[in-house]
Amino acid sequence: MTKVLMYGNEAIGEAAIRAGCQCYFGYPITPQNELTEYMAANLSRKKGCTFIQAESEIAAINMVYGASLAGVRTMTSSSSPGISLKQEGISYLAACELPAVIVNMSRGGPGLGSIAAAQSDYFQATRGGGHGDYRTIVLGPSSVQELADLTHRAFDLSDQYRIPVMILGDGMLGQMKEPVEFKHEAPAELPLRAHALRGAKGRPSKYVKSLTSNPIELEELNWSLYRRYQLIKKKEVAYEAFQCEDAELIIVAFGIAARIAKGAIKNARAEGMKVGMLRPITLWPFPSEKIQELAKNTKHFLVFEMNMGQMLEDVQLALAGNGEISFYGRPGGVIPTPSEVFRVASRLYCQKGLK
Amino acid sequence: MNKIYARPRLLRKTPFHYCAGCGHSVIHRIVAELIDEMNIHDKAIGIPPPGCAVFAYYYLDVDMAESAHGRGMAVATGLKRANPEAIVFTYQGDGDLAAIGIAEAIHAANRGEKITSIFVNNAVYGMTGGQMAPTTLLDMKTTTSPYGRDAALEGNPIKMSEMLALLKGAVYIERTAVDSPANIRKTKKAIRKALQTQINGLGFSMVEILAPCPTNWKMSPVESWQWVGKVMTKEFPLGLIKDTTGIKDTAGEKDAD
Amino acid sequence: MKKGYIEINQELCKGCQICMTFCPKGSISPSDKLNSSGYLPVRFNDDGECTGCATCAVVCPDVVIEVYRD
Repeated sequence: MTKVLMYGNEAIGEAAIRAGCQCYFGYPITPQNELTEYMAANLSRKKGCTFIQAESEIAAINMVYGASLAGVRTMTSSSSPGISLKQEGISYLAACELPAVIVNMSRGGPGLGSIAAAQSDYFQATRGGGHGDYRTIVLGPSSVQELADLTHRAFDLSDQYRIPVMILGDGMLGQMKEPVEFKHEAPAELPLRAHALRGAKGRPSKYVKSLTSNPIELEELNWSLYRRYQLIKKKEVAYEAFQCEDAELIIVAFGIAARIAKGAIKNARAEGMKVGMLRPITLWPFPSEKIQELAKNTKHFLVFEMNMGQMLEDVQLALAGNGEISFYGRPGGVIPTPSEVFRVASRLYCQKGLK
Repeated sequence: MNKIYARPRLLRKTPFHYCAGCGHSVIHRIVAELIDEMNIHDKAIGIPPPGCAVFAYYYLDVDMAESAHGRGMAVATGLKRANPEAIVFTYQGDGDLAAIGIAEAIHAANRGEKITSIFVNNAVYGMTGGQMAPTTLLDMKTTTSPYGRDAALEGNPIKMSEMLALLKGAVYIERTAVDSPANIRKTKKAIRKALQTQINGLGFSMVEILAPCPTNWKMSPVESWQWVGKVMTKEFPLGLIKDTTGIKDTAGEKDAD
Repeated sequence: MKKGYIEINQELCKGCQICMTFCPKGSISPSDKLNSSGYLPVRFNDDGECTGCATCAVVCPDVVIEVYRD
C-alpha cells in the first residue's frame, strides 16, 4: 500500500472505515471537525452505513450505544468539553459490555478552554471518566501513522474484550499532515457481532440493562469487569522504549509530547547526555511493569506532559518510591518546543550530577 | 363458554410492580397484544426509560434495552440505523421525553427517524416521587411545586405532540388516554397505526397517552382515572394531531373488541 | 342476551376498583378478605347478569381478569 499525505483527523476516519465501522455519530467541535467531515464525505454514502451529525455530543454517544446494541462497529469523536458530555454514555457502554470507539482530540481546558492541543484529559480518560467503577482501554498515538494504526486496533480490542476504547489524541496530531500507510483494506462485508439485539427471531427475547435492584448482582458485574480488566492489563500493555538501555535519565511522555521530547533527546544525546524515553502507547493499561523494570538501572525520571501533572501520578504509583521523579508540564494549549524540553532535561541532568 | 379475553401471549406472567390503577400496566398490555397481532415479535425492540416503566423488560416478551435518562430517541436512532429491519419503539415518560430528552425527541422527529415513540404523560415524575414535570398543569401541586405550578416561575405545561407535529419528519402523531374502555381501545388503535407507520417506512410516529398516576396525584385509582378526563384533557386535548401517512384506518377490528 | 362469566385472580388484584366503576352490570364488588399482598381485591358477583362484554378486562391494569362468553 502506498503512503498518502493526510491530516491526522482524516487518517482516523479512513482507518475507521477500513476497520469496518458502520455507524459514525459526531458533532462539530474544534479541533476534530475534519474527522466528522471526513466521515460525512466518505461514510454516509457507503452502502449500509450511517453518518449522523447529532444534535449534541450526548445524543451522539447514545446513538453509538444504540448502534453497538445492534452489533455493528460504531464510533464517535469529539474534543475535551464534548468528551465530558459523553461520560454518562461511556459508563453505560462499559456497564452493558458494549464495544465502541471514542476519539478525543484533546484541547486546552478546563471550561471552554482553548482550541490548541493539550493533554489535560488524561485523568478523565484513564480513570473511567464517568460514574462507577469501570475502565476503558485508552490508546495514546504519537503520529498520524499511529492514529491510523491505533484506530484500527481500537475496533479489534473493543470487540475482543467488549469494552469501550478511547483514542486519546490531541489537536496538534489531528491537524498535522504526515505520510501514512493504511495496512488494511475495508472488509467486503461489514462485521456484525454475534448475540446482538436485533429482534427475538428464533430465540427467546432478551434485554440489556445496567439497572439492578439487587446490590449483590451489581457487585458481581463489577467483579466480572474487574477480572476482564486484569486480563487486559496482562495482555495488552504497549509502549515504546526509546534509547533507555543506558539512560541515566528517562523522560516519560505520551502522544504529541513524546514527539517533542524525542527532539530534546536527540539534542541531549548529541551533547553526550544519556537520556532516553519511555512512551506509553496504552495509557490504560499503563506500562507500570516496564517502568519498574527500567527503575532497576535508571534512577531519574522526568515526566513531561502538556497538563498540570496527570500521567505523573501513574508514574509515581508505578515507581512506588523506587526512583526520583521530576515533572515538567505546560497546560492550557501551549505547545512546548524541543529546545525548551532539552533545557529542562539537561538542567536536571546536571543538577542530579548524572554521567 | 369460550374464553374471549386473557393475558396476551407476549405479556410475561410476572406480576406488575406498578401501583394500583397505574396507566403503565394498561399500556404494556396493549403493546403486548399489538406486537403479537401485527406479527412483529421477531423484529420488535423496545427502549424503556429510567422511570417507573424501566422494568418494562420484565413484562414485555420482546428484545429490549435500557437507555440513559432522556436518551431513548438517540438510542433508538442508533439501533434503527444500524438495523433498519427492526421495529424500534421508545417507551418514555413525560420527564424523560419532554425535559431531559426533549432535544433528542425533537431531532429524531425532525430527521424523520423511522421509529415509534410511546409517550406516557402523567404530568409528574413518577418513579422519583412526584416532582414537577414539563407537562405538570398550572396550579398542580407536586413535591417540587408545593404551592402549585406558577406560570411566572415555572412556565406552562408543554404540549409535545403539537410541537413535534410542526416538524416535517414527524408523520403521525396522536394523543389518546387510558382512562376509560373507549379511550383504551382508541389508544390501541393509535399505537397500531404508529407501528404501521414504521413498518411502512414512512417516518417518525408518536402516540402521547394521558395516563393516571394515583400515587403521586394523591388520589384513589378511580379518582385519578376521572381526573384524566375531567382535567388533563382540557390542557392536552385528545385526538389526531397529525397524519400524513395515508394509512387507512381499516386494521384494528380486534381493537374494537 | 349473551351469557358471560369472568374469573378474577384475587391474588394479583390490587383492588383499584376501576373494573367495578366501568362494569355496566354491577357484576363486580369488593371482596371481604385481603389478599396476601395486603390489597382488598374485587370479586365477581356470579348473579347471571354478566354478558361477557370484557369491559372489566379491557380496563384492568393488572390483567387479572379472564372473560368467558357463550
